[in-house]
Amino acid sequence: MGELSRMWREMPSRYRMEGRRCENCKRVYFPPRDICPVCHRESIGRMTPVDIAGNGEIVSYTIVHETPPAFIRQKPYVLAIILLEEGPMITGQVVDCELEDVKIGKKVRSVFRRISEDGKSGVIHYGYKFVLDK
Amino acid sequence: MSNVYIIGAGEAKYGELWDRSLREIAVEAGLKAVESAGIRTKDLGAIYMGNSLGGDISMQEHLSALMSDHAGIASEYVPSIRVETSTASGASAFREACLGIRSGEFDIAMVGGAEKMTELYGNEMIDITSSIIDREWEAFTGATPAALAALSARRYMSDFNVQKDVLAQISVNDHANASLNENAHFRNRITIDQALGATPIAEPLNLMDCAPLSDGASSLILASEKYVREHGVEGVRVMGSAMSQGAFALHSRESLYTVEPTRIASEKALKQAGLSLKDISMVEIHDSYSIYGLMALEDLGFAKKGKARELIENGIGLTGNLPVNPSGGLKAKGFPYGASGVGQIVEAYYQLKNKAGKRQIKDVKYAMTHSQAGSGAASVVHILGVE
Ligand SMILES: [Zn+2]
Repeated sequence: MGELSRMWREMPSRYRMEGRRCENCKRVYFPPRDICPVCHRESIGRMTPVDIAGNGEIVSYTIVHETPPAFIRQKPYVLAIILLEEGPMITGQVVDCELEDVKIGKKVRSVFRRISEDGKSGVIHYGYKFVLDK
Repeated sequence: MSNVYIIGAGEAKYGELWDRSLREIAVEAGLKAVESAGIRTKDLGAIYMGNSLGGDISMQEHLSALMSDHAGIASEYVPSIRVETSTASGASAFREACLGIRSGEFDIAMVGGAEKMTELYGNEMIDITSSIIDREWEAFTGATPAALAALSARRYMSDFNVQKDVLAQISVNDHANASLNENAHFRNRITIDQALGATPIAEPLNLMDCAPLSDGASSLILASEKYVREHGVEGVRVMGSAMSQGAFALHSRESLYTVEPTRIASEKALKQAGLSLKDISMVEIHDSYSIYGLMALEDLGFAKKGKARELIENGIGLTGNLPVNPSGGLKAKGFPYGASGVGQIVEAYYQLKNKAGKRQIKDVKYAMTHSQAGSGAASVVHILGVE
């Protein structure tokens, strides 16, 4: 499956939310991109690593009841689209909260957590989730 | 360039077909289409097969060749190819076949769409179907196709003050139409209350907002203008064929409830056909989730953004202002990923040929079909008509 090499490859982005900034237009991308979709060839070789602070707000959310095998023990869980203060939107879980406290527009910050039980190779995945900013 | 005509159609029933294999249902649909077109398999210039998940579910790739051989036509040495654009695979296969005929390379092509979705069990299938979304940045975090649709739905309902009963009407309409379609997965009618009270899948969406996992196969025979003239065949003309692809992940799009590729493909297809939306007699839309039905009606142009509710209130039934999904749609006819895009065109073909039986819509002149890949990474729109 190449799951181990993929996990290794993605560690900087998953563990400390390393994104990319296009030095041509200064837009920030997370998940990271190698080419800026606005600047195209002008961005080649000019996409530099940038750390995302992990602060943002909920654009939309859902409570997931039917899940793949690796997420069964977490259900039901809140999955949200978060608008990060650096500009990009990302998908992630919102944890450690009462379901009724989750609302569109609520501020969140990232935390480092176990993501899923185990993949096909028996690996435990870690990465970012979000908690409500009190 | 040659005009392209549909001259035959065939389907294997959609549903949970535990006793039937992927190759069996694909061959059944294909041979029925050949029969209905009145051609011989040796006349085929090419075969295009839409299939999304055969590799993961049945651990079988190269379905085009397998199906062709199993249909007994390996000895014709016809070129065949599998086309994959996730849940729009069937519509993409159809479009590639149209382009092939228009190029003048051959005069007759077979299009098939087939998927075997019930081979594996529930949670495992959620993992496999999540390959139609971004595995690394969506599914990794716990997103599923249903969860992404729910994210679109939540924001849509909030921004336009739309309640769940509006979404539910898409499913209720699908079930009503499917009750008249003997090839449909579900033939029971449902009420709004049943639709609203079902088990939650990804809130605000419940089981009745989500198309089922179905087995199924659909097939069409396409012919060039030359063939149709020479043989005096009355086909249905492919008047517009357009595909567009945009951002892959939902979080990469500017709006959570706008599928820009649908808007662009609709405009292109209408322009090719020389028609406007007012000319369209019926539409088959990709409502894998009820919210996608609303979004499709808006992005295709039938309603302004946030206003699909008004269109639905004006009637989307078989005798309504704009009949939607006479086949029963993805929700009730069923949703075999790679087959649905072909199945929608099969329905349009029957409606245009006045052969849709109990669900026949009156005076169908032009039909539109819309197939969407995943959460909206790409869309394929076709316009078909009789002259
Ligand atoms: Zn740039």
